Amino acid sequence: MSANHDRANLLEVRGLTKIFGTLTACDHIDLNIAKGEIHALLGENGAGKSTLVKMLFGSLEPNSGEIFWDGKPVKITSPGAAKKLGIGMVFQHFSLFEALTAAENIALSLNDGSPISSIAAKARALSYSYGLPLDPDSLVGDLSVGERQRIEIIRCLLQTPQLIILDEPTSVLTPQEADKLFETLERLRAEGKSILYISHRLEEVKRICDRATVLRHGKVVGHCNPRQETAASLARMMVGSEVKAVVRAPAEGIETAPALLEIRSLSRKPATPFAIPLKNINLTVRAGEVIGIAGVAGNGQGEFFESVSGEVLQQDTGSVRIRGKDAGGLSITGRRLMGAAFVPEERLGHGAAPRMKLSENLLLSRHATDGKSFVGSGGMVKNSAVYSAAQRIITAMDVRKSAPDPEAAALSGGNLQKFIVGRELDRKPSVMIVNQPTWGVDAGAAAHIRQALIELARSGSAVLVISQDLDELFELSDAIAVMHNGELSTPLPIAEATFERIGLLMGGAEPGHAEHRMEVA
Amino acid sequence: MDITVNILLTIATAATPLLIAAIGELVVERSGVLNLGVEGMMIVGAVGGFGAGYLTGSPWIGLLAAIIVGALFSLLFAVMTLSLATNQVATGLSLTLLGLGLSGMIGTSFVGQPGVRLPNLDIPGISSIPVVGKLVFGQDPVFYISIALTAAVMWFLFKTRTGLTLRSIGDSHTSAHALGIKVIRYRYLAVIFGGACAGLAGGHLSLVYTPQWVENMSAGRGWIALALVVFASWRPWRVLAGAYIFGAVWIGQLHAQAFGIPVPSQFLSSLPYLATVVVLVLISRNKRLTMMNTPASLGQPFVPDR
Repeated sequence: MSANHDRANLLEVRGLTKIFGTLTACDHIDLNIAKGEIHALLGENGAGKSTLVKMLFGSLEPNSGEIFWDGKPVKITSPGAAKKLGIGMVFQHFSLFEALTAAENIALSLNDGSPISSIAAKARALSYSYGLPLDPDSLVGDLSVGERQRIEIIRCLLQTPQLIILDEPTSVLTPQEADKLFETLERLRAEGKSILYISHRLEEVKRICDRATVLRHGKVVGHCNPRQETAASLARMMVGSEVKAVVRAPAEGIETAPALLEIRSLSRKPATPFAIPLKNINLTVRAGEVIGIAGVAGNGQGEFFESVSGEVLQQDTGSVRIRGKDAGGLSITGRRLMGAAFVPEERLGHGAAPRMKLSENLLLSRHATDGKSFVGSGGMVKNSAVYSAAQRIITAMDVRKSAPDPEAAALSGGNLQKFIVGRELDRKPSVMIVNQPTWGVDAGAAAHIRQALIELARSGSAVLVISQDLDELFELSDAIAVMHNGELSTPLPIAEATFERIGLLMGGAEPGHAEHRMEVA
Repeated sequence: MDITVNILLTIATAATPLLIAAIGELVVERSGVLNLGVEGMMIVGAVGGFGAGYLTGSPWIGLLAAIIVGALFSLLFAVMTLSLATNQVATGLSLTLLGLGLSGMIGTSFVGQPGVRLPNLDIPGISSIPVVGKLVFGQDPVFYISIALTAAVMWFLFKTRTGLTLRSIGDSHTSAHALGIKVIRYRYLAVIFGGACAGLAGGHLSLVYTPQWVENMSAGRGWIALALVVFASWRPWRVLAGAYIFGAVWIGQLHAQAFGIPVPSQFLSSLPYLATVVVLVLISRNKRLTMMNTPASLGQPFVPDR
């Protein structure tokens, strides 16, 4: 695809800069996108990718810099203006309305005033022609994340854009669904459309992208042809240094080790109309092992975590057992006192109180388990003990911060996550349950967290990791189970697990069955 | 026979201001804004309407003034909550307090003055037909406006593109902004519409219901309208049903008290509230439908990042 270099540029960006307060999110960014190419935008979390595309789509205003569209200078002042030029965007965090139907969602982004029924027909036709079948009358709240993304893509295509921006599109798809998406993208390229593809998954970028621009700390650090690079060389460009590989020593004698966490016939009715019910979940995690739970987002993982952590109590107290004792009727604190530790998915607001200091956040989660060391006589908090414990965690996990004891919200996502995981690890829990341990965390911090979880297991604890990131689960786990539509498969030992087998389970296929087709005629 | 017709007419008169104020607030809340200032906007509408009617002698000018005053008063709320992104609950409450105080101050010279009343519709020959004539063709003009308004809002919200856009903003203002929808502009218009409706409802009180000015004459009707919107799960026809149930039980208990039924009057006075809540809770049993109709971004200030 070196011919791309000769083609005319559809979009040229010169010196685009965006400053938030003291942070320069984008620093003199240059970017050229040719007609009919798939251009990758690579970078770690916080490298400025999202800020850059928000400026291209008109939802942020650049402080300085120029944008040329088809050779002519343009000002993109609003998403409406971007659409008028011919820029379409598929968002990472979906911009859909849950209480409306697919057709209504599509109608909202088209300004031609045609009736919704005709839009529904057009959307249906277009979706089938691209092999992304869609029922326009279905309510978005009822759809899976993969199906929601189809709506986003169809909505974008209906505007017949020349440039399509996709922000981390495969993070919510099964490997098979991602393949389908790549076919669609290649077809769009063949039609002469340009695609700006944002991802941190390097294998994908190597597979479908013609050129890549790499961002680091808000600056362009290089342009390259991803096909001529290796995943390791791309990673080095993104991170700026070598990323330490995670080491997982083989687990020994697991079969005879005591079961520290047992889930027995756990079921739960949906709490809200759009929630997923849990159906008869069984799982055993033994001392010394890491079990991973894979699955496309929104298949009941959140409900499962809430039930196991004690945010929601069970009717049947025997459905969750910690270290051989029934815990289903106990609250979070009760379960913590039995030796369990939990790290929820959402860092700010769930894992940590944003406007409280790190030491205060430490006290909030450990006042009961560490009552003796943190709380003195008469219920007075021993501030110095809490402070020094916080500093111990900060050092152990290499948390980078601007003040000795900053507010949780002042930390970057990766550093806060390191602190939250470290806060639980510091207790040496015998059962550790983590939901999305490295979501939105940069590669260096992610490797650190993963290594710490493996070491905790090898020192004799049971570790359960729920994640959407398959690469992560393959790095961490001794066995992987898949959650689909509120049901959990039996764990596959890592030696037998392949991306394909796990992917099929994520799509809803039963183990041992033939390939399951997502398409419904 | 005549008594029944008269009772039905008084029910309609009692329900009309509730219906108008609630329909206006429904549109506001569907756009994702919670304006707790309905009571305040209603009472300034009432005093403005009475004042303009009294000074000009024309009840129609009074009605128009009530609408304009209500809309202007809501504009204050809009500027605070939408442009300055203040807390909607606090701003709404202070709007109510301000409205009650301001109307009392403005209205001191109107107390005890004879007001003007909007004449009932009178179509010669038709309005005098027994029962039907009086009920269908002989009521006050605001009654017809309220029914037309309900139908128009239903059509607007669920049949037009603009209505769909408004609902989408109420569901998720960030998504709407990402699509290039002008969230703030829509919300301004919705809030002003809600203010105009509340003003009109107030005008009905001082120009039709009891054509005079009495301090605090809205007597909590704004709060009832607010509650109606929530209990009707943001659906116009349910607001209509709720307003009329409230009106019917209200009038019914007044008659019951007049007849001297041996039930504590306090209990009778609380009946309308109780009955309305029970009935609306019963018809909103479908959780899924309620979820679909609840504006998810209700009450959250929206500050676009630029």
